[in-house]
Amino acid sequence: MSSKHNGVFKQIIVLLLALLGALLVGALFLILAKSDPIKAYGVMFSGPLGDKFGITETLVRTVPLLLVGLGIVISFRSGIINIGAEGQILAGAIGATAVGTSLSDVPAMILLPAVFVAGGACGAIWGGIAGWLKARLSVNEILSTVMLNQIALQLYLFLIRGPLIDPKEVSYGTGVPQTALIPEQIWLSRLVPGTRIHSGLIFALVLAVLVYIFLWKTSRGYRLRAVGAGSEAARYAGIKVEWYLVLAMAMAGGMAGLAGVVEVTGVHHRSLEGLSAGYGFSGIVAALFGRLHPLGTIPASILFGALLVGADMMQRAVNIPAAMIMVIQGLVVLFVVSSDYFLRNPDSIVKLKAKFLGQKWIGEVGSKWKDS
Amino acid sequence: MEGFMSIDIFIIILATGVRLATPFLLAALGEMFVQRSGVYNLGVEGIMMMGAFAGFFATLQQGSPLLGIIVSLAIGALMGLIMAFVSVTFKAEQGISGIGLYMFGWGLSGLLFRLYVGGVTSIDGLKPIAIPMLSDIPLIGQVLFNHNVLVYTAFLLVPLSGIILYKTSWGLNVRAVGNKPEAADTLGVSVVKIRYQCLIVGGMLAALAGAFLTIGQANMYADNITAGRGFIAIALVYFGRWSPWGILLGSLLFSMADSFQSMVQVLGINFPYELAVILPYMVTIIALAISYGRVWAPAALGKPYERGTRG
Repeated sequence: MSSKHNGVFKQIIVLLLALLGALLVGALFLILAKSDPIKAYGVMFSGPLGDKFGITETLVRTVPLLLVGLGIVISFRSGIINIGAEGQILAGAIGATAVGTSLSDVPAMILLPAVFVAGGACGAIWGGIAGWLKARLSVNEILSTVMLNQIALQLYLFLIRGPLIDPKEVSYGTGVPQTALIPEQIWLSRLVPGTRIHSGLIFALVLAVLVYIFLWKTSRGYRLRAVGAGSEAARYAGIKVEWYLVLAMAMAGGMAGLAGVVEVTGVHHRSLEGLSAGYGFSGIVAALFGRLHPLGTIPASILFGALLVGADMMQRAVNIPAAMIMVIQGLVVLFVVSSDYFLRNPDSIVKLKAKFLGQKWIGEVGSKWKDS
Repeated sequence: MEGFMSIDIFIIILATGVRLATPFLLAALGEMFVQRSGVYNLGVEGIMMMGAFAGFFATLQQGSPLLGIIVSLAIGALMGLIMAFVSVTFKAEQGISGIGLYMFGWGLSGLLFRLYVGGVTSIDGLKPIAIPMLSDIPLIGQVLFNHNVLVYTAFLLVPLSGIILYKTSWGLNVRAVGNKPEAADTLGVSVVKIRYQCLIVGGMLAALAGAFLTIGQANMYADNITAGRGFIAIALVYFGRWSPWGILLGSLLFSMADSFQSMVQVLGINFPYELAVILPYMVTIIALAISYGRVWAPAALGKPYERGTRG
């Protein structure tokens, strides 16, 4: 209720405070690691902004974060907590690679869309399974998506080690678990020569706008959000809740699948080990930080893209393992969901202040309930 | 195939199954108390990872698995406290905060491992303790009475949890807080306090489950050593319908299947490794699918308690 009264400015302030809180707690661990937090954070923040390499690499990371984040926005807005993006990315990547490598004679104008459709569909199916399990058998989607992640990972590894392994790896006897390269005509074009930034960025940005239009300007998107706001009320309003649960998860999975497709067509040009690279989880953080808004997720994805690049630089410069970024991301989630409390209850800040300053605030509590 | 069917292998499968049930039992019983009090803690996996590392590291440093157990319990209590702070005090959306805790525990255990250990290092873990007399019983003795202390603890916790939950006033309060927090509050039971207590106990048991993996089974630490067991444990709470005996049944079904599966691999029966690894996760989804039915769930599960918003 009160969220409408929260201006964008106030939300940004709360988010930045949450990030600051996460970084401060993170600093404690850096000190524990006998490292200078100011120096470490200095590298982490200045590195990605320092030069052409840092900026373009940040944007390379932004693309999968944004695509996964958009899927998270759709699913969370529908009341589904989808943490299956890791598996959905892999499903999308392997689907795209399989189509790309097996139809290498087909002209790019047909093959490239086919690869995107195939990867998106694989992700959508993988996400849709969890949606269907929730809709029909009320299987908790958090648990089912975790399990589906593990299953997808094992199937993916099985495929890139066995049936889909690059024939060259077999004939040379090297046996690196990776597929053959997809044909060069469907490699996404590089936006800046000499860097890895590719046209998938534009694709992701366009998709963000489309997801915004879908969720806020179409009746289907409206119903989807109504299901998320309260499935019982939506049911009474005549909305087929089950159908929308499956739709939301299929769309979320499709977005993550597309993240897998752009990683294949834009960055690696094949499927290999470690392709999902934790984007499935970082995308959740980006979406939450974007306040579950498709357009808010754009700057949030850039921010976390920069932090991921910065963490790698920190590892090289001051020898702090890149796992540090997972700590910070986990803390960001905890701080952001906790800070929602203050956005929901604007009075609580006053109360908290009063409590810590030792004043009586009982009168304020009384007046607060009257307001609500 | 004759060797496969022999009685010795059958005993090994059963004994291994009993041992492998331990982490599921510990984590699931802890989560049962948490959910009975009305909170989802989906960060169990992250707490397990922290417990696994803490137990391993303390044992590595001091050479005492007992100290490892104590340290992991303390870390688990801390992790439970963080979850309580976020989900009870700040009333955060529990599913998402659980994921935050998971990522935090995952990142931190990996970070500390790389900083302080770095590579594969083995430790002297817990030794099996054969229970006098009982372990001499043919068949049953080897299957049930020749395990390390955490295995016994986990199985003893099943009836103990039942007694605590159903026969003590604290257990009554837990159930009241999870089902009708307003009523419990009216009767003077502190909803916040009970939920904090349950999350701390749940955290300790989850960490102990993690410690079992490093100091009671593998005798080493590796990345992702928990391999989703924390999430499976949560699924077992559903499957066991929030009761200790149901959880025992689910844990044993699960661990026996796992034990059988690994024996299939050891015996070199031709079956792709990846597909064998998938089985427990498939079984979990199937178990969740057949155990649906919301009637059994604590009524206030997942709902932050807002005092005075009713009536």
